Amino acid sequence: MSLFGGMNKTELLLKLDQFMMRAIPFNVALGLSIEDAEEGVATLRLPYRADLVGNPETGVLHGGMMTATLDAACGMSVFLKIQKVARIATLDLRIDYLHPATPPHDVIARAECYRTTRDVAFVRALAHHGDPADPIAAAAGTFAIFGAPA
Amino acid sequence: MTGLLELVEAARQGGDLAPLTAAIPAARFLGLAVERHGDELLTRLDFAPHLVGNALLPALHGGTIAALLESAAIYGLLWDTRSEGMPKTISITVEYLRSAKATTTWARTEIIHHGRRVATVRGVAYQDDVAKPVAAATVHLLVKSPA
Repeated sequence: MSLFGGMNKTELLLKLDQFMMRAIPFNVALGLSIEDAEEGVATLRLPYRADLVGNPETGVLHGGMMTATLDAACGMSVFLKIQKVARIATLDLRIDYLHPATPPHDVIARAECYRTTRDVAFVRALAHHGDPADPIAAAAGTFAIFGAPA
Repeated sequence: MTGLLELVEAARQGGDLAPLTAAIPAARFLGLAVERHGDELLTRLDFAPHLVGNALLPALHGGTIAALLESAAIYGLLWDTRSEGMPKTISITVEYLRSAKATTTWARTEIIHHGRRVATVRGVAYQDDVAKPVAAATVHLLVKSPA
């Protein structure tokens, strides 16, 4: 039984926002919002904010804020792939910083869960400023899936 | 404002460590602090409600742990070496080992390799028991070593 079965896009985005954004305090604190959701693919937006800067001399966002955004996008992409009620946990996450984020642009993180087994989900993601062909960070992660009905 | 390199140098001369995190907006947002324990520099993340990633457990958001470990790697590297410029993170790989509870988290780091251009730092994050880490990370940083 699909978790998102019978929902149209607007209902899906509302439900995701309720359970995966509003219900998660740190996502709220970062000001994350959902740009788009498709099967196995989640796209989030991190708005540029002065209090998230890592280098006050350049105004560039802290790498950790980008990592948190990529982690959140990766996690959401897993739910959009398995479409079941389950608890998931990040096992590992690797981030490559391709070039510094440019202030004051928002960061868009697009994650794709491209493979799942019964217990593990495999995800890759890119962060960019609006042009996916010019990424600022790349991520690869694995997630454990708990309590997923067989 | 004074750069982080100067603040590290001032702290090394017996000054205050507080400006190291106070100077970085994201470090203030997270609530990071840097402390000296003997020769070792530890980075501390105090619990705060906005850091939660799973309200049911409750557990810290994985992103807060990654940010702690990346920050700790940079502070550790600046503390243990003389750098000409700010290190730039090339990549970070975080391994999540246990769910991080709603309490204080510490990160200790070790430089496992320092070349002319690239330094590799290993970091471990733990809570009440140093033998039970909640996460570990390997961070590669681009560095400018004195000629």
